[in-house]
Amino acid sequence: MDVFGSFALLLAFVCAIYAFVGGIFAVRTRHPLLVKSARQAGMATCGLIFIATFSLVYLFFSDSYWVAYVVAHSNRDLATFYKIAALWSGQEGSLLFWSFLLAIYVFSALFAYRNKNGELMPYVGVVLAGVQIFFLTLNNFVASPFKVLATSGANGALEIFTRADGNGLTPLLQYPEMVIHPPNLYSGYTGFTIPFAFALGALLARYPGEKWIHLTRKWTMIAWCFQTAGVLLGAHWAYAVLGWGGYWGWDPVENASLLPWLTGTAFLHSVMMQEKRGMMKVWNVWLVFLTFMLCILGTTLTRSGIVSSVHAFAQSSIGNWFVGFLALILVVCFVAYVKNRDYLKSENQLDAIVSRESSFLFNNLILLVSCVAVLSGTLFPVFSEWLSGSRISVGAPFFNKVNIPIGLLLLFLTGVGPLLAWRKTSADSLKRNFGWPSVFSLAMGVIVFALGFHEFYSLICLVLCVFVATTILMEFYRGARVIRARSGASFASSAVDLTMRNTRRYGGYIVHMGMVLIFVGLAGAAFNKDVQKEMQIGSTIQIGRYNLLLQSFESKPEKNYTAERMVVEVMRDNKPLMMLYPERRFFQTNQESGTMVAIYSTLRDDLYVVYAGQSPETQTPVIHAYLNPLVKWIWLGGAIVVLGTIVTLLPNRRSVLVFSTAEQPAKALPISAGLTPSATLREGHD
Amino acid sequence: MPVKRQVKFAVGIGVIVVSMAFLAWLGYGESKTYYHTIAELSELQGNARSHRLRVGGTVEPGSIHRLPGRVEFVLLGEGKSLPVSYVGSDPLPDTFVDKSQALVEGSLAKNGSFVAEQVQAKCASKYEAAPTAGPPAKSAQTGAESEQRSSTM
Repeated sequence: MDVFGSFALLLAFVCAIYAFVGGIFAVRTRHPLLVKSARQAGMATCGLIFIATFSLVYLFFSDSYWVAYVVAHSNRDLATFYKIAALWSGQEGSLLFWSFLLAIYVFSALFAYRNKNGELMPYVGVVLAGVQIFFLTLNNFVASPFKVLATSGANGALEIFTRADGNGLTPLLQYPEMVIHPPNLYSGYTGFTIPFAFALGALLARYPGEKWIHLTRKWTMIAWCFQTAGVLLGAHWAYAVLGWGGYWGWDPVENASLLPWLTGTAFLHSVMMQEKRGMMKVWNVWLVFLTFMLCILGTTLTRSGIVSSVHAFAQSSIGNWFVGFLALILVVCFVAYVKNRDYLKSENQLDAIVSRESSFLFNNLILLVSCVAVLSGTLFPVFSEWLSGSRISVGAPFFNKVNIPIGLLLLFLTGVGPLLAWRKTSADSLKRNFGWPSVFSLAMGVIVFALGFHEFYSLICLVLCVFVATTILMEFYRGARVIRARSGASFASSAVDLTMRNTRRYGGYIVHMGMVLIFVGLAGAAFNKDVQKEMQIGSTIQIGRYNLLLQSFESKPEKNYTAERMVVEVMRDNKPLMMLYPERRFFQTNQESGTMVAIYSTLRDDLYVVYAGQSPETQTPVIHAYLNPLVKWIWLGGAIVVLGTIVTLLPNRRSVLVFSTAEQPAKALPISAGLTPSATLREGHD
Repeated sequence: MPVKRQVKFAVGIGVIVVSMAFLAWLGYGESKTYYHTIAELSELQGNARSHRLRVGGTVEPGSIHRLPGRVEFVLLGEGKSLPVSYVGSDPLPDTFVDKSQALVEGSLAKNGSFVAEQVQAKCASKYEAAPTAGPPAKSAQTGAESEQRSSTM
């Protein structure tokens, strides 16, 4: 199977080269057969990558401990669930997984548009094949996941060497999130390849009109949705697993995942300027290019340890490949832009400072400022070493100082932007749309200030959250009221109906609402508390309204590890509430240990309890308890953002045939029973 | 676009960019940390000794002593050693054991030892257990996945 897999990879590499070179000829000659063969080579590449990936998965499931990658990341006792996660737990496998996800996107795009957009698709195919060639080069020649263990045999020749068992998966990765977080994040990273290919392809083809924008908007939304989910799942993993009480530490790898999200978000907004008003064409093209480059950079930072290497951790040579690839993309994009820049001429200009256009402009500006700040902070050690010779890194205060005000400005625009008119907004409409929300949110601010809520940024954030939420709810209310007046349906079903008729607009509002909830959660961080104490059995510790009582402390062997566990009874307002079991696991196979945090989560706050080891001199267990207000809102908001994004991707419902059961009298007459399912035609009116 | 409106936009953009740059500068001053190897530390002069510092090395086997209120250990690198006293409130990461690679952040004390407020560690033992014939030794993992932090960022 290992030979099979590596051969499939090699063949995929050959096919990708054919798709690339053949594609270039197809673009030049416009020969239909050549176009077709290049496209099919592209699809074949994807099929072969699927085969290679499934071979590796098979090797994991069949416990093939002669394959180096399987030895390094699995063992016989590992649960089936985590054998899948083992696929992307190391360098070689995760690069193959990158290729695999990219192949899914490429195949879908090539297949979906096989008979459409004949002028554009050959260009797109060439760009996609180019990206695939790069990753297949890594998969085949730099970091092959199919390497086998070899040993010198009796006569000096190399023989395949099979180990009895593998080294096992790092305990840090043995959590359910680690099975879903990387696929999500990688789907985001890889997904931005499709908009990139369309943008570059359209530019090279000088493809007329805004068609490529329409084609790529959906693909961007899909990638963005995965990226959002991936970033938040990563934050949740850091929160629930690492046991340091927080969810975001401005770590280079976290930052790397945020960067394309910021530019991707900017693009999703400014793209509307191009659709509606034919503006910002150069900007949009560069945003797409930049987003893709940041995805590659993100992969670089994650895989190569360029930044970590400055922190003196092991580095790998794979970084050079990525840096080279990034430079190549930059050159290609720049040349394509310079040659075709006349194609990107703007058709309109900005009219007024209080207009939809300018809100998008400022939205883009601050997203980009945030991106630049995060990027420069992340790469600061690299740059400072180049420039001054000393390696200087910056920490959380740097990122927070810039990004908190930016986040609040963005939150403000989230509420204001969608309700401003295109071109120019009248004072009257400002009053109608923002009168009540302003009054309501300011009143709310005054009340909580009077109640002793004095944390500056959190207070502003809360006021803005109320403001934005009110504007969004008012929009739903207004629309639903109109529908309700006509159909007489309930308010909730009118709101659903409204949403389904203009999924893009109302799905967007749902996404914004999710962001509001996320901000509510972030604002809670200003009120985090923590206490640490050595605990005798029977002693208690108090945090906020909770009292923690240590009932017992035990050391218990399990199948794969030994656990030291605290049994903690939680009391709220002196009433018994529940039990928590924070523990630490020691894994025998690889001599590693893992902390298991115990969390009791409510909408108001999270009680987060960590077993912090035994005190050295007294051997009494140490407890570290955190009280983190409002954290749950972040995960809740994230779920709503994903839901809203899915809604925007649904097609609009215009007129719908609804089968509903007619209301029956209490005692149905026999004859009416056969007639009950009656078709009601509800017409759409917009 | 008329000049007057252009000026308005330019002022708006300028205010945002300048104020953000100012905040970034403040944050930079507050959190900048100089990275040095253990060997470089002894050669630091004057002002440079008072900077916030970050040092990486390997934990000397058997050197970890857990004392009340602090943890003492010795970092090795380039043939030199550095005594470290960790005074942070967070528990040390699970990956912090003998021979693990550790990254400490803090400042130099007058006696030449290092007072750390944060410790990150990466476990090296797993890779040493792998057979030399295979490549697992180079399986670099993602930073966030294999490092753990112990800090209050």
